[in-house]
Amino acid sequence: MTLGRRIFAVAAAGLLAAAAFGAPARAEGIALRMTVWTGNKAHLQLLDGIAAAYRKDHSEVASVTFETLPFDGYTTALTTQIAGGNAPDLAWIFENSAPDFVSSGVLLPLQDILRATPGYGYDDLLPSATALWRRDDVLYAYPFSTSPFGVFVNLDLVKQAGVTPPAERIAAGTWSWDNAVADAAAVHAKTGKAGLVVRDFDYKLWDNLATIWNGWGAAPWSADGKACGFDQPAMAEAMRFLHKAVFTDQALPGPGAPADFFAGDAAMTITQISRAALLKDGAFAWDLVPLPKGPAGEYAVIGQAGIGVFKAGANAQAAASFLAFLSNPENSAKLAQFFPPPRKSQLVVDLLAKANPMLKPAQIEAVVVRGIEIGAVKPSHTGNAQIAQVVRAGLDSLWRPDADIDAALQAVCGRIRPLLAR
Amino acid sequence: MAARTSVMAAPATATAPRAPFWTMRRRDALAGYLFVAPQLIGVALFVLMPLALVAWYSLHEWNVLAGSFDYVGDGNYRVLLEDPELPGVLGATALFSIGLVVLNLSLALLLAVLLNQRLRGMTVFRALFFSPVVVSLVAWTIVWGFLLQKDGGINGILAVFGVTGPNWLRGETTAMLSVIVVQVFKNVGLNMVLFLAALQTVPRDLYEAARIEGAGRVAQFRRITLPLISPTILLTSIITIVGSLQVFAQIAVLTQGGPGISTTVLVYYLYQQAFQFHAFGYGSALAVLLFAIVAVLTFAQWQLRRRWVFHEG
Repeated sequence: MTLGRRIFAVAAAGLLAAAAFGAPARAEGIALRMTVWTGNKAHLQLLDGIAAAYRKDHSEVASVTFETLPFDGYTTALTTQIAGGNAPDLAWIFENSAPDFVSSGVLLPLQDILRATPGYGYDDLLPSATALWRRDDVLYAYPFSTSPFGVFVNLDLVKQAGVTPPAERIAAGTWSWDNAVADAAAVHAKTGKAGLVVRDFDYKLWDNLATIWNGWGAAPWSADGKACGFDQPAMAEAMRFLHKAVFTDQALPGPGAPADFFAGDAAMTITQISRAALLKDGAFAWDLVPLPKGPAGEYAVIGQAGIGVFKAGANAQAAASFLAFLSNPENSAKLAQFFPPPRKSQLVVDLLAKANPMLKPAQIEAVVVRGIEIGAVKPSHTGNAQIAQVVRAGLDSLWRPDADIDAALQAVCGRIRPLLAR
Repeated sequence: MAARTSVMAAPATATAPRAPFWTMRRRDALAGYLFVAPQLIGVALFVLMPLALVAWYSLHEWNVLAGSFDYVGDGNYRVLLEDPELPGVLGATALFSIGLVVLNLSLALLLAVLLNQRLRGMTVFRALFFSPVVVSLVAWTIVWGFLLQKDGGINGILAVFGVTGPNWLRGETTAMLSVIVVQVFKNVGLNMVLFLAALQTVPRDLYEAARIEGAGRVAQFRRITLPLISPTILLTSIITIVGSLQVFAQIAVLTQGGPGISTTVLVYYLYQQAFQFHAFGYGSALAVLLFAIVAVLTFAQWQLRRRWVFHEG
């Protein structure tokens, strides 16, 4: 009897202890959590600084945590958190999944809260910047970063290869895709380093190729999202150009041969100005120039992340109020160092130059201000993840030296048509 | 009061004293249950309950993002039957499993036979071939990912011999071959150790008798070794097949199912549907399909054992 009782008592005590320790400690105040893709120290310091300033005036908020999820697979990680009932209070959302999030109803409508914030200047937000995040005049996320793509250039490598620097080509009016690829191929041939890298593409995240095919006036689908664009003549021409640049000219590193511009492994890379933070150690001389002209003329492409608040969270109102602070004119100007703001009044060269001492005013004028003026946002569609995967699988047959380009593009259309029609 | 007490007491005195509830048997039983309780609770909570829930989810359309959870009956299973991608996925899964099982078992057996010699330093070789088993799977796969790049280590070695290696992870055939080989090298040590143990249970005198009868090495292997270690072959083949159907990390790290969908095996496809496309209901239906396949294969192997496993004859 004693043995049985003793075992029972021990088990019961153990369970009680587990229950006692397992119960969440009541935190003093609200703990806000926001998921971001960046793990960059400079980015996070800036965000932490703004959060600290907010908490000074809002004692009810005990902490604001910025949780870094890896760029590759960011949206999957985020939706897994939501599925597990552990959604963050706020999340950075990429433009390619904007239609999914906006139409899903998980996000808190923001326009009234932002309008009601004193000194916010809601009408200063550019309608073109908020378009992706609005539905029937309800704003579901704040277009936190409206960031045009530019070309970072490693001037040391360019000089070493004896190639005309892009800035000189721009001055001479010869900064075209043909010349850019020829220069990139020359650098590769002479230095053995990679010529031009479309950052984050890696023959998988194909929406980054919009930075190239937009120069041909091509698009993966029509403006209304219903018709496939991969089998259109402009797209076929752009892809033939890219295929030749990769496999014949070797101006871009091929599949399975990654090269990091910021580690000095490539002469040029197409990416956004937020990545300028990676240049801090000054290992090489660099420049930032707009995308080369394509057959369709001058163009620009914008990546546009939004910040949304999840409405099911217990702290949704507090999160929205923090977002209003994070995106007010004062903080928006600070964030402009890395993330160009969607505010009309702040898209001026002087202000952006002050915010971003790493970039020269001329670079800001040419890439950021002009880019936002004429730029098209990277492609997005509802059901993005599935479309992205099907296109990725279809384009794989294109990324080989002997590819039948037209057949591959038509096959892509055959696969995504039912998805576009949904 | 007194009367009542006497009434109460009467039956007790009339019959034999009631046996205490906590008999030795019951106490032992309780102790036994308490000892298995942690494991039982764990299995129930993290294995049985999710299994039941997956079957339940598979009858629903569950969009995580939209927060919708609607009963659709056999809807997901109808989608399963009509899914244009599924034949390709099942084909890739079969190719991976067959390739893995054949390569893994034959290599494991070969290594075991070679390492079963009584030579100096043999334990070093055994440890060497077993060591990948204890390496972290993802770390192992990432390193192989670097080696298999176009300008990676494998092609570097090939170049020394004047051979231009393929772009391993970007060709459909070579990508599948790569994931199989990476997985074989990772786990072949485990099967090798099992085979080694089995080989050492084969009585030496059988070989002696065979030699006297004039049997060569090959005949000895076929007529003595193979039949006597057949229970181990059954065990390893079941473990390897079931394991091969669960492959995920290697695919996720090395190929993400590509090129095309050539390495999209069932588990990876399930992951895509559930976690990337937010179709948890359909993902669950795929999980049920996987469960059925594993169950059928295991049952079939178990039934077949009478035919070819020595002790079961």
